[in-house]
Amino acid sequence: MDENFIVKGTCMYVKLPQDLDCNNAALIRSEADKIMERENIRTIIFDFEKTNFMDSTGIGVIMGRYKNVKLIGGSVLAINVNAAVEKILTLSGIHKLIRINEVSGLKMPVK
Amino acid sequence: MNSTNKIKIEFDSNTENIGFVRVSVAAFLTQLNPTLEEVSDVKTAVSEAVTNAILHGYERGEGQVELKAILEDHVITISVSDKGMGIENIEQAMEPLFTTKSENEHSGMGFMFMQAFMDEVKVESNVGEGTTVTMKKRIGCEQI
Repeated sequence: MDENFIVKGTCMYVKLPQDLDCNNAALIRSEADKIMERENIRTIIFDFEKTNFMDSTGIGVIMGRYKNVKLIGGSVLAINVNAAVEKILTLSGIHKLIRINEVSGLKMPVK
Repeated sequence: MNSTNKIKIEFDSNTENIGFVRVSVAAFLTQLNPTLEEVSDVKTAVSEAVTNAILHGYERGEGQVELKAILEDHVITISVSDKGMGIENIEQAMEPLFTTKSENEHSGMGFMFMQAFMDEVKVESNVGEGTTVTMKKRIGCEQI
């Protein structure tokens, strides 16, 4: 499994790259979906700690995973979101569907 | 600043180049003393326009994309051109959430982001000939 994806119980933790654009969206999408097919995931945590750029392709990635986990009554969290990324999340409207920066100081779990 | 300054970047239709191009424009823009937010807005708009050229103009196939940026009187004008398939219905393409590629989870928000982050967005396109997106943004309005 990709080292940026960690599963603990029913939670999948995804450490996002520095730039979330169409160049790496497909990889994140396929890895996340592979894990979700195999494991019983109810919560997805996207960690934006390293991320300082995201465009509409990134919104597509978050929205797609949200739709998948929503089907089974789960939820999506975005943590360590900076001002630039938050502006994009808000403009897209996805901030009404996922929880942004509600948890602070959350560290990536150890494998 | 009354003088003008311009750059032109020509690159292959390859998603690997998107990051390089938006960072280059951001670096060029620093001459106008932009705020962090303005830099981030321009980077997003460039990323959207270039991504569109590669994914939609050329449908990920081979081709050349040309980006021109001009700085003049606190305004940056950026144009992104491809010689790809062109857009049949520009009005529809610019509608929020409209996408021709929903199977790949494209959010349909590209043009919406360009319009939100830039002051002006103009699209010229001819089917079979290509598309040019021209965007303008005034930088440092608060300082004037």
